[in-house]
Amino acid sequence: MTTYLPIADQPSELHDPHTFISKYVWSQDHKVIAIQYGSTAVFVGLIALVLSGLMRLQLGYPNTFAFIDPSNYLQFVTMHGMIMVIYLLTALFLGGFGNYLIPLQIGARDMVFPYLNMLSYWFYLLSVLILLASFFVHGGPTGAGWTLYPPQAILRGTPGADMGIILMLASLAVFIIAFTMGGLNYVTTVLQARTHGMTMMRMPLSVWGIFVATILGLFAFPALFVSAVMMTFDNLIGTSFFMPAVQSLGQNVAHTGGSPVLFQHLFWFFGHPEVYIVALPAFGLVSDVLSTHARKNIFGYRMMVWAIVAIGALSFVVWAHHMYVSGMNPYFGFFFAFTTLIIAVPTAIKVYNWVLTLWQGNIRMTVPMMFAMGFIFTFIHGGLTGIFLGNVTIDLPLSDTYFVVAHFHMVMGVSPIMVLFASIYHWFPKMSGKMFNVTLGKIHFWATFLGTYAIYLPMHYLGILGVPRRYYAIGTTSFIPDSAMALNANITQAALFVGVMQLVFIINIIWSLVKGKPAGHNPWEATSLEWQTPDTPPHHGNWGEKLPVVYRWAYEYAVPGAKDDFVPQNIPPEEVVMLPGAGKYVNRSEEH
Amino acid sequence: MNLFRILSEKPWIGTPLTAEGLAVEVSQAPVMVPEKIALRFFLGVVGVLFGLFSIAYFIRMRVGDWRPMPEPGTLWFNTLLLFMASIVLQWTHHRLKHGREDGIKAALTAGAVLTLAFVYGQFAVWQQLRTAGYYIASNPANSFFYVLTGIHALHILGGLWVWTRAGIRVWSGTSPDKISLSVELCAVYWHFLLLVWLVLFALLSYT
Repeated sequence: MTTYLPIADQPSELHDPHTFISKYVWSQDHKVIAIQYGSTAVFVGLIALVLSGLMRLQLGYPNTFAFIDPSNYLQFVTMHGMIMVIYLLTALFLGGFGNYLIPLQIGARDMVFPYLNMLSYWFYLLSVLILLASFFVHGGPTGAGWTLYPPQAILRGTPGADMGIILMLASLAVFIIAFTMGGLNYVTTVLQARTHGMTMMRMPLSVWGIFVATILGLFAFPALFVSAVMMTFDNLIGTSFFMPAVQSLGQNVAHTGGSPVLFQHLFWFFGHPEVYIVALPAFGLVSDVLSTHARKNIFGYRMMVWAIVAIGALSFVVWAHHMYVSGMNPYFGFFFAFTTLIIAVPTAIKVYNWVLTLWQGNIRMTVPMMFAMGFIFTFIHGGLTGIFLGNVTIDLPLSDTYFVVAHFHMVMGVSPIMVLFASIYHWFPKMSGKMFNVTLGKIHFWATFLGTYAIYLPMHYLGILGVPRRYYAIGTTSFIPDSAMALNANITQAALFVGVMQLVFIINIIWSLVKGKPAGHNPWEATSLEWQTPDTPPHHGNWGEKLPVVYRWAYEYAVPGAKDDFVPQNIPPEEVVMLPGAGKYVNRSEEH
Repeated sequence: MNLFRILSEKPWIGTPLTAEGLAVEVSQAPVMVPEKIALRFFLGVVGVLFGLFSIAYFIRMRVGDWRPMPEPGTLWFNTLLLFMASIVLQWTHHRLKHGREDGIKAALTAGAVLTLAFVYGQFAVWQQLRTAGYYIASNPANSFFYVLTGIHALHILGGLWVWTRAGIRVWSGTSPDKISLSVELCAVYWHFLLLVWLVLFALLSYT
């Protein structure tokens, strides 16, 4: 056995790419790949945003828009959901921020397998192209709903039953391959490429969130892969894994005996961890943003890490709470309701800790901080309705109503998006070297924050009235009053307003890239390593000649007696500048 | 690496410093070749994949239309081939570990040939079953048989891609360390796929 040097001790073998192609297209630099991932994800996200606007037009003003027929509507629903959950949120949090922050925050020069990392992006792009191609094939994209439940997903009569569903399943399979390549990289890099002094428990919470979410993804995505493969066989070859004997358009189908509920179990065995694949990175990123802009160490760091790990583990045993209405043994329902409510405990710990981090902090009301605090609001609201829906008896009547739509959009739509904006505004100065326009940022925040409340708060009422979700048009019923229709129109107005206001964000980003003022290397006075790079934006290899050495955790804010109110992770204790007469710098707990 | 010890560290407490002023590493990652860690995680992913297929198999089996299908004797022969491939790769790894490079090329070639023979053997079983009238869509038991063996064969072929990289290193005469690592990774992968195959074979025969 030969001796093997830790990555932090290996001589740098990076060669600066010189041609345009190797620098920006076939790049193996994690920062470029992160930006490629991020911009692709934002691009498809904008498509999904437009789709949601079209859905809202139909719901708010039925019988007005001739170009939206029931098939189109279902296709919009499906593509909006799938793009937002997988191709935007998963890709942007892990492919985008994971790629950018892991090496920089742990003090590595790059990912451990840069080539694999590059392949991961190009497979992701391929999956996006396959997905978008389904808009242009015969029959259009699938309209099966983002959960793709059989039997209707592959029966004639469902929109996109020709090519749409095939392309959807193929795209998902390619995405999973891309994710696995990226995920192996993130996990290995966190475990093996940390610089000297960077112990696991000194990593910023962003890295912890991304790390645990990646492990979840690696072990949850196979379930989606398995169901996609078996559904493809049912569809193309006529097997009966999931397809029962049913009549379709007056004809008996060729399938017998398949189990649609089996698909649901497989799908949600992926689908529930997927919620936390999105949420855990968001939890991590928002913790760092809150701590930095509140000028306080994150409250209960260890508890935050434990909560991330506990939520990750629990997320694999709650999946059937998505299936209460599918019919199951009552003891099953009891078990899954129990685990679902248990998972609220570590989640609540995190929320308390965020609030306690703010308490008596020296809060700087920057744009990222506003979005981070907005997240606390939206997440609490979405989380509380989750406790309602986690109970079988409450879920049964509400499951097919707008209450559920409101719940998951608050908890899994608006909340992660708030964190994404907080993170983009927070790290934009590092990624580009330019500062964004603060006024536009604040306009963007208030429009998004208040606007999304105007969309989703009323939806809860619609749901309690019994307004069913997934319907193209509600028509006239005895139980839905006219005022509900008026409310629907108001929701649509708010949705269109929020959608249009995202242009402010896009304009701000583009304008700032061109004309923004130089941001300096550490505009937020943050402690973690990515703000201590010799160049901003960081060059290839990140650290110049020597890797940084880490002396403390990432939350050394408001240090008593120190000249600045923060001490970066890589400043040796003897080099910390103190106020006159304040004595020598000591790590805080040694005072006692 | 003790997870509980890592998680009980208190990072806000100043840790004792070494002579160079560096914190004493409480939970410095054990030094491992990154490829080995990545392979472990990858095998975990593959394990979950086949595990989920097996669970689906058990659930689907309980529906009344399940008619067990016969397992051709050829499968035993194929199993033997894969077993031998695994042994040959282990032998190669063992030899390289002790710094001996003679016979490596022949052994690697033998491993690949045995593996390809296994894949071809599986294909031959498919042909036998088809001629005997066991089509993929005629019964769920058949569907699972074809899908499980097919996915397993694809994983084996994926392994051959890694084998090709090891082969390139051997024939181009790269440093022995790199060759040794490649071959070791191949060997571990092959053992794992052998294990998966044994479990699948038992599963398919059991019904």
